[in-house]
Amino acid sequence: MPADACICVEEASVGYGARPVQSGINVRIDHGEIFAIVGDSGSGKSTLLKTMVGLLPAHEGRIRFDGKTLEECRQGGRAPFGILFQGGALWTSMSVLENVTLPMDLHGYSVPSARAELARFKLALVGLTGHEHRSPASLSGGMRKRAALARALALDPPVLFLDEPSAGLDPLSSRRLDELVLALRDGLGVTVVLVTHELDSLFGIADRMLFLDGETHRPLALGKPAQLAKSAPSAKVRDFLGRRGSRS
Amino acid sequence: MEPVFRMQAGELSIRVAAGGLDPSALALPLEALGLPSTGEISALRLEPDAALRWGSVEGAFLARVLRHLDARGIRLALSGLPPEFEQLLGLARAGTHTSDTAMAERSPFLARIGLRAGNAARELGAFVTLLGETVCLLPPLLLARAKVRGAEVLEVLAESSSRALGIVAVVNLLMGAILAFVGAVQLRRFGAGLYVADLVGIASVRELTPILTGIVLAGRTGASFAARIATMQSNEEVDALVTLGISPSEFLVLPRVITLTLLMPLLYVYGCAFAMLGGLGVSASVLDLSPAAYWGAMRDAIAGANFAIGALKAGVFGALVALLGCHYGLRAERSAAGVGDATTSSVVASIVGIIAIDAVFAVCANALGI
Repeated sequence: MPADACICVEEASVGYGARPVQSGINVRIDHGEIFAIVGDSGSGKSTLLKTMVGLLPAHEGRIRFDGKTLEECRQGGRAPFGILFQGGALWTSMSVLENVTLPMDLHGYSVPSARAELARFKLALVGLTGHEHRSPASLSGGMRKRAALARALALDPPVLFLDEPSAGLDPLSSRRLDELVLALRDGLGVTVVLVTHELDSLFGIADRMLFLDGETHRPLALGKPAQLAKSAPSAKVRDFLGRRGSRS
Repeated sequence: MEPVFRMQAGELSIRVAAGGLDPSALALPLEALGLPSTGEISALRLEPDAALRWGSVEGAFLARVLRHLDARGIRLALSGLPPEFEQLLGLARAGTHTSDTAMAERSPFLARIGLRAGNAARELGAFVTLLGETVCLLPPLLLARAKVRGAEVLEVLAESSSRALGIVAVVNLLMGAILAFVGAVQLRRFGAGLYVADLVGIASVRELTPILTGIVLAGRTGASFAARIATMQSNEEVDALVTLGISPSEFLVLPRVITLTLLMPLLYVYGCAFAMLGGLGVSASVLDLSPAAYWGAMRDAIAGANFAIGALKAGVFGALVALLGCHYGLRAERSAAGVGDATTSSVVASIVGIIAIDAVFAVCANALGI
């Protein structure tokens, strides 16, 4: 395994229960890379993401962060990543600010007196200044997603996992989120792994992508989106990525 | 490390050392950190050490300085930032101006009381509306024109009857035993031990069995109604019904109210039997009363009117528990906390409602001489 890989997935097989949804996954994600997982519905994109973050056990294979397994990383206290769930998954009994400060409080992150200011900065990054004391239930879907992204950033993780970040967002909000992801990568050196269906996001921000096939239950292509759109060996991948051109 | 501010010919420079900023600087007033009087600043420059590794603390600090200056009408560009971090800070700075402020301000005490009273009045209004809608749906139901699913009725029936039999039996059995024991201790002193049967019979049939059975169903079935409908509300399942032209009152509330209203009198009779059994057990063991003497005394003591009042109360309590469970479920906030709040409110309101309605029954029965 290369020493400089941020995340290394080796011969992984993932799925729910005993049934594998995807097998034979081999991926090396570099530091500071924006890596997209795409594929048709039911192909196991979110399952792979959940396996990478330890919510589901891998049927086979290994997943390592900077050469360490997730268990080894967690021995240090916290996971080396932040996650944005598809629906946001904010804690509805707390305010937006409390959602961001709670991970810091629980992990003893930074000094207590600085946590609120750090949380405000993260909320400002996602454009939620002034909404700190609102309840998540009173936010729109897009705002909820942005608040959840601020929470994912709470502990300044080196890796961010985003599960369909643009789903349910209007094009402007979606573009703003893409800009934010790029700014986070460029400014803080965060590595980003995202599951997406949005071709604009994929071509706009992803350095590389992995295409999962729901029929053969195996990865079909790995590479740069623009290159794969032109010259992927699989016609299915070319068709999938070619939808963007046909729509515009 | 703390930041070092330096003012020279109107230009404010901020020096940040290679080790980055100490997070505690975020909590200190900027003036205490050395930020000079802002009136003279005409330019803003950052002087980071070349080896500085940029992070959230530096970002939060710079965002705070810019916010501080912006609030004083000094909106200056910050030079000296690495381009990639400038973009990130730009997003944070934009965020401070584009959003509407919705800070929760604490209202004065009287205003809070007024708001709470207003909310309570709205809740009551919504409950009365739901009651009215349910009553108006009774004729279509009797004419078999109401949109009620048989499976839903059966599920509610099972939830409220067979699965509740055990706890209703236990609670009433213990209540009868406790009444008999307390009565036995007192009545034996006057040689009136036989009247334990009267005490258990009248108290349980007329008052305690309807109340206890109602409370058990409030905590069990009413809470389940509230939680289930509140979850449906948060999953937009109720919205889906409305958009399909199906009234939630008709589809969700009516089957529950009818089922519980009809079922409660039956559970009441079942509960009475166990309360009497509990009383018999204690009477036989403490007072050496024979079962025949106990049943005979009880039969003489309980008038038919007591049973009628008890059964009527049980039916009303059943309707109340079902209506309140559905009401709080439908009014729940669309969140996990909303489901919990709806469940709690439904149980509390049901218990208070049961006691209050029982008091009304007592006053009416007294006025009618029953």
